[in-house]
Amino acid sequence: MAGRLVDELRRICGAEHVLTDRHQLRTYESDGLLQYHAVPRAAVLPGTGEEVAAVVRACHGAGVPWVARGSGSGLSGGALPVEEGVLVVLTRLRRILEVDLPNQRVICEPGVTNTAISAAVGPSHFYPPDPSSQIVCSIGGNVAENSGGAHCFKYGFTTNYVCGLEVVLADGSLVHLGGKELDRPGYDLHGVFVGSEGTLGVATKITLRVVPAPEAVRTLVAFFASPRAAGHAVSAIVSAGVVPGAIEMMDRLTIDASEKMAHAGWPADAGAALIVELDGPENECEARFDEVSRLCGEAGATGVVIARDAAERDVFWKMRKAAFPAMGRVSPNYYVQDSVVPRTRLPDVLDRIDELAREYGLRVGNVFHAGDGNLHPLVCYDAHTPGEAERAEELAGQIVVACVEAGGSITGEHGVGVDKKRYMPKMFAEDDLAAFQKLRCAFDPDGLANPGKVMPTPRLCGEVPGPYREHPLERAGLAERF
Amino acid sequence: MAQVSLHRIAPESAAEAAAALGEAAADGRRVRFRGGGTKLGWGTPGPRPDVELSTERLDAIVEHNEGDLTAVLQAGVPLARAQEAFRAAGQMLALDPPDGDGAATIGGIVATADSGPLRHRHNTVRDLVLGVQIALPDGSVARAGSKVIKNVAGYDLAKLLSGSFGTLGLITEVNVRLHPLPLETVTAVGRGGDPSALAAAASDLAHRPIEAEALDVSWSGDAGAVLARFGGASAPERARAALGVLSEAGLDGEAVDGDGPLWTRQAAAQRSAEAMVVRVSATQQGVAAALAAARGAGGSAVGRAALGLVWIALGEASPEAVHELRRQLAPAPCIVLDAPGAVREAIDPWDESDPGRLDLMRRVKERFDPCAVCNPGIFAGGI
Repeated sequence: MAGRLVDELRRICGAEHVLTDRHQLRTYESDGLLQYHAVPRAAVLPGTGEEVAAVVRACHGAGVPWVARGSGSGLSGGALPVEEGVLVVLTRLRRILEVDLPNQRVICEPGVTNTAISAAVGPSHFYPPDPSSQIVCSIGGNVAENSGGAHCFKYGFTTNYVCGLEVVLADGSLVHLGGKELDRPGYDLHGVFVGSEGTLGVATKITLRVVPAPEAVRTLVAFFASPRAAGHAVSAIVSAGVVPGAIEMMDRLTIDASEKMAHAGWPADAGAALIVELDGPENECEARFDEVSRLCGEAGATGVVIARDAAERDVFWKMRKAAFPAMGRVSPNYYVQDSVVPRTRLPDVLDRIDELAREYGLRVGNVFHAGDGNLHPLVCYDAHTPGEAERAEELAGQIVVACVEAGGSITGEHGVGVDKKRYMPKMFAEDDLAAFQKLRCAFDPDGLANPGKVMPTPRLCGEVPGPYREHPLERAGLAERF
Repeated sequence: MAQVSLHRIAPESAAEAAAALGEAAADGRRVRFRGGGTKLGWGTPGPRPDVELSTERLDAIVEHNEGDLTAVLQAGVPLARAQEAFRAAGQMLALDPPDGDGAATIGGIVATADSGPLRHRHNTVRDLVLGVQIALPDGSVARAGSKVIKNVAGYDLAKLLSGSFGTLGLITEVNVRLHPLPLETVTAVGRGGDPSALAAAASDLAHRPIEAEALDVSWSGDAGAVLARFGGASAPERARAALGVLSEAGLDGEAVDGDGPLWTRQAAAQRSAEAMVVRVSATQQGVAAALAAARGAGGSAVGRAALGLVWIALGEASPEAVHELRRQLAPAPCIVLDAPGAVREAIDPWDESDPGRLDLMRRVKERFDPCAVCNPGIFAGGI
């Protein structure tokens, strides 16, 4: 990278906010997915949206690729740096710019954490999307990944709550998409930006919708002999027309792991635990809660524990949210998957995962958002045993394939990033990928924003219209024109 | 093989539709898409099309996965027919725009992102469509999204296509999320003669944790109403509580069981064969001004009170009347829907002039439809 660009970045953001020392840069070499690492040429920490625009404009001028990074808690390598590029770190953009409660809107910068939004509008209102990493993860990252969480079966995902964005496009221009108002004229460009994993630009201001906090919350945990039996309870509850705020399942292995951290004292012989949370108006919640309790019993629950107060409820959720970190206590390493299946296919797919686990001789824990059929299989392995990491990765890949074959998706909330791009052709045909590329090219014809993510193979944009020009990546021999 | 004439084609498959678009692109012909034909008069009057492509033969309910609460519908399926099938399973697609006496198709509703009162609770087209299949003018058929309710793989082209008015390609199939039908519904109605009081009472309800199925306002002549619909086991109880709020705000309250016709009327008032209809994208706090503007112009209105969307119907259709509404309600965009062609020609029905946004929209259009084959000229910015 030309020293000129680094000088330019220093001029824009101040020398103290531009890192080029390899030792310092290593802080940013991975996001939440530690299997991948890459050290960028420079990391820059702009302090305003205007500085972000100037940084991106400078990169564009120099033909240098860049990657935006929020808190770095993503689980698909979406914020993995590009070695020859610049990492744009947004942690200094952490102001809540406006709380417009009368209109149920909040405008914030991308580095604000997910929980800060609910804190800013509570206790009367809240911001529903709640990824497990919500204490640290940033709204900008949530927008890039279209993050979900435990409560999205009822409340929806990030995309259902973003109504406006200020975006810096890859040429450094600033554009306002959507706004506080709904159904503004023209294409739903903020809609298509959410979940685009940093490949269409970087959001510098985000307008979110917030909603009234529920009047009542009731939570229970039901124990079953097996995940299959718990799956039948889920079907019964949903078929009865109940829309729980959350409905989460954990299998034996994940219960064991979580017990080591959360100490809930759940029965040692339960094959699966199902956390069901109803929220809403007090009377509606009461009426439906009894029904859920009964349906769990009818589906063969071996026990049902109802949280008597907020403290007991917190223990249930501590068990659930501890599942990922706690797995480290029962296995030296693990690999998290994020596939989705149609809810009715859950029992079959769980059987298939068991079968695969036996075939590969590895343990697989299962914790999942049962309402939306979003599985998080945790493939356990020991990186010190030769070949085991590779076997684990292969097994995880087989699980993804099984989910897609059951009519599902390769990722429900973690994103494609670098981790799942190789599975994209399992889900999408060449013509589908070509249509994605049309969108990409409209936003970023030079392919400088987060290159190498999402799409399974590098591809370039032809000019529309005009004479052929050699692309910088093509010149560098990094990609071929399709 | 579908009948192919110079002016009207009705493909039987997405591949056939894509081939027809590819041919049109090669020959430089303009194609207009037609579903139920209920909203052909919306948008900027474009140049005369050479071909009309109808989705009438793409009319299959491909899948209804009751246990998964999802369905796959071909574009030409009338919404009313799909709802009938879902209702038999105690389910619904939570979309209730005016349905043109049953003619409006799911493809047309997605393409125009038309909506109705249910969006208060369940959001709208952009939130309920899980995946799309599209026929593109490069002759290809592409899919985006999935059939599951949670998916973040690939770009969300379903959102790009929702409300794109057919300017990027033909929607041939959509995957949708369904919801359980509410067991029982009751509507609390509060009537009054002051637009500000109505909007304020509705906003008060919008901020309470009462989970209304729908929350509307209406205005006609010199009086209006707030309508709050509740569903579920505790619906009557919650409607009574809402009535208390409405009475406290000085409105005349009434609880209505068998409230179906009430809500059909709310949706129907978003259309008009004779009058001009302007949709205002306001904020929640801007609803009062929109109702007052309707009153001032001697018109009527319906609106989604919490969401800030108001449809104003004016007896007199004129460019001046549109200008006046826009002047009063700025910066809220005022989009002209139903209006005579002469009015839609004289003004920009879309009320969009931001150069940055329009430039990006044009870039999207150029990538998907570089030869301007699909519904050219009818969209914002002359797209």
